[in-house]
Amino acid sequence: MKLVIIKYNAGNIQSVLFALERIGVEALVTDDEVLIKSADKVIFPGVGEASTAMNYLKERGLDNLIKGLTQPVLGICLGMQLMCAYSEENQTKCLGIFDEQVKKFNPDPQSQQHLKVPQIGWNTIYSLKTPLFTGLLNNSYCYFVHGYYASKGEHTIATTDYVLPYSAALHKNNFYGVQFHPEKSAAIGEQILKNFINL
Amino acid sequence: MLTKRIIPCLDIRDGRTVKGVNFENIRDAGDPVELGALYAAQGADELVFLDITATIEKRKTLSELVNRISHHINIPFTVGGGISSVEDVSILLQNGADKISVNTSAFKNAQLINQLAKEFGSQCVVLAIDTKLEADGNWYVYLNGGRVKTDTKCVDWAKQAVDLGVGEILLTSMNHDGTKQGFALDITATLAEQLPVPVIASGGGGKMDHFVDVFEIAKADAALAASIFHFKEIGIPDLKQYLNEKGIVVRI
Repeated sequence: MKLVIIKYNAGNIQSVLFALERIGVEALVTDDEVLIKSADKVIFPGVGEASTAMNYLKERGLDNLIKGLTQPVLGICLGMQLMCAYSEENQTKCLGIFDEQVKKFNPDPQSQQHLKVPQIGWNTIYSLKTPLFTGLLNNSYCYFVHGYYASKGEHTIATTDYVLPYSAALHKNNFYGVQFHPEKSAAIGEQILKNFINL
Repeated sequence: MLTKRIIPCLDIRDGRTVKGVNFENIRDAGDPVELGALYAAQGADELVFLDITATIEKRKTLSELVNRISHHINIPFTVGGGISSVEDVSILLQNGADKISVNTSAFKNAQLINQLAKEFGSQCVVLAIDTKLEADGNWYVYLNGGRVKTDTKCVDWAKQAVDLGVGEILLTSMNHDGTKQGFALDITATLAEQLPVPVIASGGGGKMDHFVDVFEIAKADAALAASIFHFKEIGIPDLKQYLNEKGIVVRI
């Protein structure tokens, strides 16, 4: 099986590569069109800022390339957000694979909970759908780091509560996206990566 | 629900974990990767690796170590100690660090925070503050590992740094560090209540009830400790179980 991680300017690519190594899967990090298109599975990672990342993808034609992929694709964190229609982060038009919108967490300052932005840490995912979550219990803990979230919609396949219920994962056709970091989510995250590999 | 986090801290010198009290009687405590992996397996939520190496070879050994850590550890980790430039951070992130922490260098050049947040995102920029309560009743910022006092109040610096883009504050009370008498609840609470970003409390954790207090009373988002874990005075699974029994949401 040929697994490709899309190389671009948005962080955590090494972390994803190392996590795959830990579960015994080799991956190629590349931005080469031919190699990406011919891969069996594609991971689209990302940590960073939406408009900078989108500009980078556009300049290299990676935006249309990603949209046109037909094999299973997994977007992680910013990768997932870029697969949505639009992000409030610097008013960025994104890839539009998922219709969902990406918004900034806006906790009530009067709330006793005093929720912080970004959300950093371990939170539960529930209402799990699709084989991406095979073998996982409802309310499994995953590691999140994000100040923006994808709203809930028809493509939501996992939900997390922080400020409000939002999409912890999205799915449409061959495209999957997770807001949390499976590469940093201990054994649960490794199971999710294995599930993606086995799709 | 978002959990409170338990974060063991490993001090690193020349690529090895060291244990010591107040930088005295430092002794070798083994391979940081093995110890970190053990903590991860025991349920630590994150790890902090603080490099106290003072040689010019430091940058290379640290990036190699970070590379090894990220190959073996499946939870997030932060790297700190002498980081002073965008290039330093870039190398550490490329080698798999999730976050970096800055302290003295950011205080001396506050624009560094801004540059790092812009280049890599606020989520990976942790500001470490060493602070001390003085006789005038105020908490002041100290630099260079607590050796140099400044006239800046802790709260003022923390707020300025958040405005510049830090995503998290790691707050160490020098009055409490090493005492095992509990965390600095008042200054931790002040920052946790006034800042829009998470606060990691550090210094003074000696008993499991200290962790209950820092989460419940001081509203810390995470608590960091070193020696109590290294010397096996408190086990992470026991601590998390205890917190859970006390109604504090933790990952078990």
